[in-house]
Amino acid sequence: MLTAIITLGVLAIIFGLLLGFAAVRFKVEGDPIVDQIDKLLPQTQCGQCGFPGCRPYAQAIANNEADINQCPPGGEDTIISLAELLNREVKPLNAEMGEVKPPMLAVIDEEACIGCTLCIQACPVDAILGAAKQMHTVIESECTGCELCVEPCPVDCIRMVEVETDYLQWKWPDPEADGEMRP
Amino acid sequence: MINRILSRFHGGVHLPDRKSLTAGQPVRKAHLPDRLYLPLHQHIGASAEPVVAVGDSVLKGQMIAHACGYVSAPVHASSSGKVIAIEDHAIPHPSGASASCIVIETDGEDRWIERSGAEDYLNMDHSHLRNLIRNAGIVGLGGAGFPSFIKLNPGPDYQIDTLILNGAECEPFITCDDLLMRTHPEEIISGIKILRYALKAKHVVIAVEDNKPEAYQSLKGQLHNEDIEVVQVPTLYPVGGEKQLIQVITGKEVPHDGLPLNIGIVIQNVSTAAAVHRAVNEGTPLVSRYVTVTGGGVTQPRNLEVLFGTPVNELLEQCGGTNMAMSRLVMGGPMMGFELHQHNVPVIKTTNCILAATDHDLSPEQPMMPCIRCGSCADACPVSLLPQQLYWFARSKEFDKAQNINLFDCIECGCCSYVCPSHIPLVHYFRFSKTEIAAKEREQEKADQARARHEARQARLDREKAERAARLASKKAALAAKKARSDRASGGVSDDKKAAIKAAIERAKAKKAAKKQAGTEPEAEKNRAVSERKRAEMKAAIEQAKVKKMARKQAESGHERGVSEQKKAEMRAAIARAKAKKAEKKNDGI
Repeated sequence: MLTAIITLGVLAIIFGLLLGFAAVRFKVEGDPIVDQIDKLLPQTQCGQCGFPGCRPYAQAIANNEADINQCPPGGEDTIISLAELLNREVKPLNAEMGEVKPPMLAVIDEEACIGCTLCIQACPVDAILGAAKQMHTVIESECTGCELCVEPCPVDCIRMVEVETDYLQWKWPDPEADGEMRP
Repeated sequence: MINRILSRFHGGVHLPDRKSLTAGQPVRKAHLPDRLYLPLHQHIGASAEPVVAVGDSVLKGQMIAHACGYVSAPVHASSSGKVIAIEDHAIPHPSGASASCIVIETDGEDRWIERSGAEDYLNMDHSHLRNLIRNAGIVGLGGAGFPSFIKLNPGPDYQIDTLILNGAECEPFITCDDLLMRTHPEEIISGIKILRYALKAKHVVIAVEDNKPEAYQSLKGQLHNEDIEVVQVPTLYPVGGEKQLIQVITGKEVPHDGLPLNIGIVIQNVSTAAAVHRAVNEGTPLVSRYVTVTGGGVTQPRNLEVLFGTPVNELLEQCGGTNMAMSRLVMGGPMMGFELHQHNVPVIKTTNCILAATDHDLSPEQPMMPCIRCGSCADACPVSLLPQQLYWFARSKEFDKAQNINLFDCIECGCCSYVCPSHIPLVHYFRFSKTEIAAKEREQEKADQARARHEARQARLDREKAERAARLASKKAALAAKKARSDRASGGVSDDKKAAIKAAIERAKAKKAAKKQAGTEPEAEKNRAVSERKRAEMKAAIEQAKVKKMARKQAESGHERGVSEQKKAEMRAAIARAKAKKAEKKNDGI
């Protein structure tokens, strides 16, 4: 009886020390779950979710301060992958935040631009090129279509257009999308 | 020479070959069309870039678009005439899309540019030889269209043991390679010698399916003392697939994420070899090819020698036109080809066959029935995949799982769909999955880029803030020091004051040190506080903007309900503002 208690007690101490050592030795810096959530978000940095960017939103989801259905650019796909990651229920997109739109691109009417730099300051990904009193232009490949540059423009010379896809990005249609009941 | 012992590959299907429709007909030159539509993208890799302008006169064989990057190929004018446009035109692609084409109005003279062949390629530098082949615009003519010169550059790490010439032509209906082997064996052999020299290959094997005895004999007849084997391979679809043919000839399997090069093998199509011969020995760029126009839907099926850019409907007319029985127009063979939605698309470098198919040639789509899990598809798969499993994953859109069981090794040969007793269009599911995965990867790449740019911008803004704060602090310190000096100059400085000055100087020094190591703890803390405040402000601003927008919307619609919503929004904005203020206070406290 006594030997058993001593044996188990010694084992408990050894494993306790081992765990304590492991906790120090293999300490994880930062919050990996936030990184994982952030990786699933579309990174438009549009703020439609009510947070100033994708990472703050990821942080809020991780802290249970925000729901997983607040990202309109991500749409259903993002909600599903977030639900899978966090083991939560899939729910429809919160309509208050906006609606799902096709990928967009900001275009500056270069005739009308007065070179005020307001849009440059608003762009979260530095995708607008220009200088004070010089014409501005959008770097198409970097634009995330967040629309944050549209509001500040004093002369309303920025409009959003749908991103054109060429045939190299064409996708084979879903064989089951033709509405027929498939077995 | 000892007889080569052939192996076999997994699966495969025996198909009715239907090649007799065109195999007996001599090749005819297709008529010169009034207009040639030359797409800039006729190969795997980057699009070519036009080097001519609208209005320019061009000669046959003149380069009109140059290769853009390493994996790319130039485009040449396939007849003389005038460039009348560089615009979007329908191209042969399963999407039925349009893409940029150079449109040439032919002048009927078909005048060649000055050409001169290399005198002695055997003394030519290898890279020079590759450049010759590259500048002739030669790409794999078997169907994939991969720029040929790249395959001729194995690099110093690989020794080429075997060069295989693919003359299998295993798809039903197609006979263009067969005809070429029968009519121009000397060009093929001459091209093979160039390829062998470029690759320093030890063995050379030409593979011909055993349903083409004439082609086999004709190639054999051209060989005298050369160390080139001609091998008849058993007819079994898809023996003409790159990896399948390698397995049959050498018994080796290409690793699933590797290239034939990794096991010391290079494989080229026989018509590519002929094109290489013309490019090197005659200086003729790739401007035409043999195309099989066949199927029950066309009156006189035959092979034509076609200039690239010739619209498909003109070829059909030259073969007696189409009849009522035609149900589908397919580019390529019945197994791997795709349906053409427009008949005015041009013939391009990779076009080997135009199939005007009747319902008899290509059975119409039958109603799909449930999978009975018979496993026929797995038996037929030449790459030993599990089509049935892939099908379930594709249906449930679990693309990552499909990828894990090697979806991307699928060569889309169509064997599985062919044998499926439930008529499930399996290949369609796999093509769909592949393009979906590719699209996801593109999106992810874009998101990663946006994240990196956003973080870089955030870091820059924080740094600028810190710099500004540090500048202000140093200015203050300088002012204090100046004041202290003037006090001392006025004399009568008490001990208290001295102590105060000393303390000020200490403070200034500490601040300077802090400035020097920007990013140390307190500075970083400050930055974070600042950025947090900024975020809160941004949030408030976004809310305000929302309120504004909503107000505008409601003003337009003038709905009663809108008023309450506006109030709600205003409240929300107010809360956000309050939160921002709180955050500010909190930050000030830090």
